[in-house]
Amino acid sequence: MELFKQISVDWLSKKWLFLAISLLLLIAGGAGYYMRGGLTYGIDFTGGTIILMKFNETPDLDRIRESLSPETRTPPLIQRYDAPSKNMVQVRIQSSFNEEEDLEAGRNRMLDVLRKVFDPDNVGSKLADFNNVGLDVLFQYLIEADPDGLAADGKGSLEIEQYYREIAQNLKDYRDKDREGLVPAISDLKEVPGVTAATVAVLEKGFYTGSFAVKGHESVGAVVGADLRNRATLAVLLSFAGMLVYVGFRFKFAYGIAAVIALIHDLAITIGLFALTNKEISLTVIAALLTLVGYSMNDSIVVFDRVRENLRLVRKEPYVRILNLSINQTFSRTVMTSGMTFLSVLALLVFGGEVLNGFSFALTIGIIIGTYSSIGIATPIVAWWYRSRELKPKRKTA
Amino acid sequence: MQKNLRWKIIIILLAMLVCIAYIVSPEEKDAGFFSRINLGLDLQGGIHLVIQVITDDALNQELDQDALAVSREFKSEDISFESSRRGEGYFISVKGVDSSGENEARDILDDMYGGNYEIQSRITEGKTDFMLTMRASEIRSMRESTVRQAMQTLRRRVDAFGVAEANLQLYGESGEDVQDQIIVELPGVDDPDRVKEIIKDTAQLELRLVKKERGGPFPSIEAAYEANSGAFDEYEILGFSRDAREGGPAEFLVVRKDSVITGKDLKKARPSTDSNGAPAVSFFLKSDGAELFERATREHIGDNLAIVLDDEVHSYPQINDTIRDEGIITGSFTQQAANDLSLLLSTGALPASLKIIDERSVGASLGNDSIRSGLMAMCIGFGLVVVGMIVYYRRSGVNAVWCLIGNLIFMLAGMTVLNASLTLPGIAGIILTIGMAVDSNILIFERIREELRSGKTVRASIDTGFGKVFWTIFDTHITTLIAAAFLFQFGTGPIRGFAVTLTFGLIANMFTAVYFSHRLFEMMLGGRRVEELSI
Repeated sequence: MELFKQISVDWLSKKWLFLAISLLLLIAGGAGYYMRGGLTYGIDFTGGTIILMKFNETPDLDRIRESLSPETRTPPLIQRYDAPSKNMVQVRIQSSFNEEEDLEAGRNRMLDVLRKVFDPDNVGSKLADFNNVGLDVLFQYLIEADPDGLAADGKGSLEIEQYYREIAQNLKDYRDKDREGLVPAISDLKEVPGVTAATVAVLEKGFYTGSFAVKGHESVGAVVGADLRNRATLAVLLSFAGMLVYVGFRFKFAYGIAAVIALIHDLAITIGLFALTNKEISLTVIAALLTLVGYSMNDSIVVFDRVRENLRLVRKEPYVRILNLSINQTFSRTVMTSGMTFLSVLALLVFGGEVLNGFSFALTIGIIIGTYSSIGIATPIVAWWYRSRELKPKRKTA
Repeated sequence: MQKNLRWKIIIILLAMLVCIAYIVSPEEKDAGFFSRINLGLDLQGGIHLVIQVITDDALNQELDQDALAVSREFKSEDISFESSRRGEGYFISVKGVDSSGENEARDILDDMYGGNYEIQSRITEGKTDFMLTMRASEIRSMRESTVRQAMQTLRRRVDAFGVAEANLQLYGESGEDVQDQIIVELPGVDDPDRVKEIIKDTAQLELRLVKKERGGPFPSIEAAYEANSGAFDEYEILGFSRDAREGGPAEFLVVRKDSVITGKDLKKARPSTDSNGAPAVSFFLKSDGAELFERATREHIGDNLAIVLDDEVHSYPQINDTIRDEGIITGSFTQQAANDLSLLLSTGALPASLKIIDERSVGASLGNDSIRSGLMAMCIGFGLVVVGMIVYYRRSGVNAVWCLIGNLIFMLAGMTVLNASLTLPGIAGIILTIGMAVDSNILIFERIREELRSGKTVRASIDTGFGKVFWTIFDTHITTLIAAAFLFQFGTGPIRGFAVTLTFGLIANMFTAVYFSHRLFEMMLGGRRVEELSI
């Protein structure tokens, strides 16, 4: 199968159209940027706390918001997370609690407030929350209680330890893997392999099942945030410089400049779209942006490489024709590669889950823009740079 | 020629098999398949902390000790002075030295502290004040050694806690004078609060003598202060810990500033029970400490000895007999608290307090979800590419798929050998690698098609195709590798994971897409004259 056999399109004559398209996209992004008052940065860069919780029934987001608001300096951002059926909520508190308060203390205070609202019966309970307990606590509890009476049977302490460690591990696996982190009632634990009725009874004396579980959390101090921001900026600038130098060395300086301008164009449009859709710029998104940089560079190099080769073969052609020829010759490859990569990134966007969403979004946009810019931006710049070549006399224009 | 080719292919396939065998072989006897692949924190669950070492703590402590030593020295030399204290800002101020002892004092100070401090003096109303400012080089080296010690202690604690594959690493802006942050990564740990207790607790154990008369206990600081009418030179007031406070009004004790022995003299500690059967912690002293302890207890029979942990009094038993190398810390401990404390004491005290400035914890169930969706996306993406390639390039597309599989295998094997962890952004890196690998194949195939169109024979087209595209592939890969190198060097956590997989993938691809693929095409031709190529 071949889609583009031998095309001959005069790409460079369309440069004003390309310029118009790019300007339009840039203006849209810029408008989004100003309308939203800047970009939304992840807590990696601003400092703050994210708590990811799973509830046993559909959580009332407004209630969470109301109960937490008085506790924080800036209003907390409460969002549903992942598929609605999972009952997961992400609480985001920009710029940590109080300047002085420990990250940990602040987070625990938040959780205490939520417990009061969503678990009023269990506040002040002497029992521990099974849904938020660690393996070690379970294990220690079981060993002390010894529900299956191993000590009375005269078993050695090593054997007892091994026995209850396995049960504790099974309990935890049941909670985290089979039940996705939240067990509705202690009595459900009788399904767990190795757990006897006596064990369930003993667990009921020591634990309750809270109505929500903390599945993960991130807290970043403001200082660390600034540090991460600086490092990310540094990484971007240095990788730009590195690639500029390499391309300048392997090809010509003008090519390097053209490729880097195309990169900046791609980044600006992608970031603009992040502003427009109000998506968060996190550390992983920065990784995606850098991938996009590599990818866009890749595209430009393939075209330039062909230009370099054609210049050697057909010296007498005008520069613009050589550029057009090179784009046309590589066009089939460009479309196929973009199409294939687009497929795999699209799979990432659709099936990769919530955590990778920003990452896949940046790449999906980036692949389209990056492919377009190598033809629509980088090559016209090279053409403009070498336009003088056409003014030279004594040359046939075929 | 043809025989050579067969060997080449066999060797590559064997290498692939060896890699697969290595990847899936269980690391230990009972571990499952794929146990060699390290999963990052985001995939297996665990805790990531960035801890700042408050090095000022250790500096202040050193300054306090030196200030105390100065006053001890002056007293023993009968130099009259008013006070010797640490000031705010890394200096000790020795006030009101009598003119009669001034020269002697200066000699002592120069002698003992001239190396680490800059000594200035000023005379007011016939008395001399000395100011000892710690030298910048000394401050710096103190800070460095504090961070180093903290790191060692943390490592011992994490090891004692039984975390497999914990990772500790120094961190901080390279521009600052000292890197004072430590990254601690604890995969698979599911109880962040408990871990942090163990990590953050400074666990400075000190045994200090309680003041003989009017030593307390007192219900309040004021009462303790008044009872001693402000004469505190060698003593200070310490509060009781919360556990020890329960069941009585006794809240404060007056104890000596210096300690008989400290945590440094400890050989080990282990959980035990007190005479009532309640959980307690027994400790054993090293021989030097035991000697000191024996002398002190012999001299002070009948006095009380305060057991002080992180500036809080836990108990203050009376010394009934000479003790040599063993003691017990009681107080209302739970079994867990007794276990933790003995772990902390055995692993040594932290030289300074710690502050957690960045904390990420991923629950095991969340990690599970991520693996599932990440792997699913990867398989679907891979599947789509495979179908697309075979539909578009037919028999040659099959070659490309072989190359992709080879690429994945070599990449995973490389990561496994070097013990790099697979993270969620790492999976994204794999997907990007698939993209780049496909690109290389497409570049080659399109070029071969072009050459065929220009009328070359099949064999010549294939050879020129590979030859001409080699430098394109080389350039694109090197450029991306440059970007990956910067990401790795300057990026953190997730970005690094991404850079690692990308690097391995690109390097593997240089081999599979260029060399392996070429051999596959040669095999397709099979030494015959072929008129048509399925591409």
